[in-house]
Amino acid sequence: MTTSESNNILIAGGTVVDSSGTRQADVHISNGVIVDALDGDPDITIDAAGLTVSPGFVDLHSHLREPGKEEAETIETGSRAAALGGYTAVVAMPNTDPTQDCVSVVDFVRRQGQIAGLCDVHPSASITVGRAGEQLTPFAELADAGVRLFTDDGNGVQDPLLMRRAFEYAKGLDVTMAQHCEVERLTGGAVMHEGDCCSRLGLPGWPSLAEELMVHRDIELVRLTGAPAHFLHLSTQKSVALVRAAKADGLPITAEATPHHISLTDELLASYSALYKVNPPLRTMDDVTSVRDGLRDGTIDAIATDHAPHVSETKEQPLDLAPPGMLGLETALGVAIAHLGDMELADIVACLSWKPAAIAGLGSVHGRDVVPGEPANLTVFDAAEEWEVVPAHLASKSRNTPFVGVPLIGKVKHTVLNGILTVRDGSATR
Amino acid sequence: MKRSLLSISELGSDGVQRILDLADTMAEVSRRPNPKVPALRGKTVCSVFFEDSTRTRLSFETAAKRLSADTMTFAVSQSSLSKGESLRDTIETIAAMGVDAFVIRHSSTGAPWLVDGWTKASVVNAGDGWHAHPTQALLDMYTVRTALNRPEGFDGLRVAIVGDIKHSRVARSTTAAFKAMGAHVTWVAPTTLMPPVVDEAVTDRLDDVIGTDGEGVDILYMLRMQNERMTEALVPNLREYTNRFGLTPARAARLAPHTLVMHPGPVNRGVEIAVDLSELPGAVINQQVTNGISVRMAVLYDLLSANPDPTSDIEITEAVAAARTEQP
Repeated sequence: MTTSESNNILIAGGTVVDSSGTRQADVHISNGVIVDALDGDPDITIDAAGLTVSPGFVDLHSHLREPGKEEAETIETGSRAAALGGYTAVVAMPNTDPTQDCVSVVDFVRRQGQIAGLCDVHPSASITVGRAGEQLTPFAELADAGVRLFTDDGNGVQDPLLMRRAFEYAKGLDVTMAQHCEVERLTGGAVMHEGDCCSRLGLPGWPSLAEELMVHRDIELVRLTGAPAHFLHLSTQKSVALVRAAKADGLPITAEATPHHISLTDELLASYSALYKVNPPLRTMDDVTSVRDGLRDGTIDAIATDHAPHVSETKEQPLDLAPPGMLGLETALGVAIAHLGDMELADIVACLSWKPAAIAGLGSVHGRDVVPGEPANLTVFDAAEEWEVVPAHLASKSRNTPFVGVPLIGKVKHTVLNGILTVRDGSATR
Repeated sequence: MKRSLLSISELGSDGVQRILDLADTMAEVSRRPNPKVPALRGKTVCSVFFEDSTRTRLSFETAAKRLSADTMTFAVSQSSLSKGESLRDTIETIAAMGVDAFVIRHSSTGAPWLVDGWTKASVVNAGDGWHAHPTQALLDMYTVRTALNRPEGFDGLRVAIVGDIKHSRVARSTTAAFKAMGAHVTWVAPTTLMPPVVDEAVTDRLDDVIGTDGEGVDILYMLRMQNERMTEALVPNLREYTNRFGLTPARAARLAPHTLVMHPGPVNRGVEIAVDLSELPGAVINQQVTNGISVRMAVLYDLLSANPDPTSDIEITEAVAAARTEQP
C-alpha cells in the first residue's frame, strides 16, 4: 500500500466550508469515509492550517476527448487535471468519436475513468444519435447505465419539434436535458461575439440573440412539458434575465456559467490569438457582469469549466480556422475567487461543489457535507494564494489556457477521492 | 529590428505621409525609360497568397523587381496546404530559404499578424479576410493626393464609400487612411451590408451624398458587389442594388465636376458602376492601379532598405525634382 492509499488520514487545523456553513474542524478519514475519530494514529496527517477544506468540486462540463481525440486529452490526463483543480467528479461531454450515444461508449468512458482512478468520471450522453439532431438516443437504456445529463453540447438541438419530444420522453426517467443554446442559422461561420470588436476586425459575429432565442424556446418547452432543463455555459445578459424570470415562475431549470465568461471579454480577440476563441464566444463586460450577478443571486447554479483541450497546432491557426475551446479544470477555482471577489467563499464553493453535484445526479456521493458518515470526497485549498498559470506545468495534455498572465486567487493543495489522496501538496499522486 | 506593414492604424498618420512621400520618388522611377533601380538588390521578397489575387500579386512583384529585389511566389494551389501542412510550417519552411519580406494574402483575419510572430522577415499584409488591406488604402491615398494635388493632407475632403462595407477589407483600411489624412468619411450601404456596430457616419441614400447642385462629395469610392451576397439574403437582387447604390447614368450626370470616382477593382460592370467609365471624367480607377506599383515600391523600400534617405539608393533625376515642386 502506498502512502497515498493509506487508510487513515487526518486533515488538521483547516476551515471547513460546506452547505451547512463554515467552521474550524479537524477531519478524520478512515477507509474512504469521514469518521468522528481515528482508531490509532493517522497514516497521513495533512496540515491544513490556513487552508479551506470543502466537499470535492464537481464539474458539469468537461471535454475529456477520449475516445477519438486522444492527442488532445485522454480520460487519464483530463482526470489528473481535474484532480489538480480540486475536482472529485466530472461529467464527460458526449462529443467524442464515436459519440457517447449508446451504452457501450458510455461504459467505456466510465471504465477509463475508474482505471485512471483520479476522479469519478460520469459520462453524459447525447440527446440525438451522433449529435446529428435527427433521432433521439435511447434515454432509458442510457439512464439505466447511469447517465443523468443528456446534451448535444457543441451543438444545440435545432429542431423545436425534436426538442419537445426529447423533453416529453425524458419525463419520469430522472434525467435532465442540458442544452447548448445556439440557433445555428444566426451563427453560420461565426468566430467571435457580434459587437464592435468583430466589426472592427472584420470577423463574422455570433450574436447574443442566437443564444437567447434558444434559452427562451427551451424555457417555454419546460413550461409546456414539465421536464427539467439545464442550460450550459450561459454567456449573455439577456440569457441570465430569462433564466431568472423562469426560476421565479418555479420552473425546474438550472444553469451554469464558465470561468472564462466571468473573467474575459471579446476585446482579447484583437490579439488574433485563437486561444481566446470559444463557443459561446467571449462577450462584453456588460455580459460578464450579468453572468457574475447571476451566480451571485443564484440564477446560475454552477460554475462549469467547459474544459476543451486542443493540440497546439490547431490553436496556432488563424481565428476562423481554429477550433473553439479552452482549458479550464486546473484554473477554475483561481478564476472564480479572483473574479467573484464580492461573493462569500462558501457561495463560490457551492457553485463548484454541491450545487453542480445535485444537477449531475451525484448528490448522494459528491458535494456532501464534511461530517462523519459521509464519503471522503474533499478538496483542501488556499483561498488566498495568488498565482499565475504556466502552460508547460499543466497536467492536461493540451496547453490552450487563456489565463496566462491573468492573476488567479485560490490554489488547490490536496484532493481526496473516496478517502485516497489524488493530489497532495499540489501534485498528483498518480 | 525588422518592421512590418500590417494595418493603417499601426502605420499611423506619420507613417502614411512617409510612404506617400516615398511614393513620389518611386513614381519617378516608374516613369523612366528603364524603370529599375538597384535599391533592394540582394533582398528576397516572397509572395504567399492563400487566396486568389493575380492583380495584387503582380503589382507587388512588379514593385519588387523595379527595386531589383529577387521575388518568389508561393501559390496555394501548388502548395502542400491541401496535404494538411500548417500555415506556420509553410512560413517557417520558406523563411528557412532566406527571405527578407513576406507579402501575405489570406482569407483569415489576423493571419499576417500570426505570420509576423513566426518569422524574422518583414511582413506586408496584402489583404486578410474582411479585415485590412493597407497597401490598397495607401495607393488610394496616393491617387487622391496626386489627382487633387493635396500633398499636405485631406482636411475638409468629403468621402463616400459605397457598397458592401461589411465584407470589405478595403473599406476598413481605406476609411482608416482617409481619416488619418484628415478627410471626412461617410459609409453608404443598406444595414445588411454594414458591420454590426458602426462608428462612422452612415446613410443608405446615395443620392443625398451625390447631391444635385455640385455640392456632393469630393470622392465617391465604389466597392465591388459580389454575386454571392444574393444567396445570403443581404440584398433582394442586383437590379435593386444598382438602383439604390449603383453609379447609374442619372447619378453620374449629377456628379460635381471635381468628384473623383474610385474603385479597388475589379469592377463588376453594370452593378456598382452602370455607366461607361470613359464618360466619367473623374474616374481615376486606372491611376489607382498604376499608383499601386509606386506605393508598393515605397512600402518595400521603407521596410527593407537600410537607408532612411532614398536619394542614397535611388538617383533622383531632375524630373522628379521638378515633379515635386509642381504637382500635377
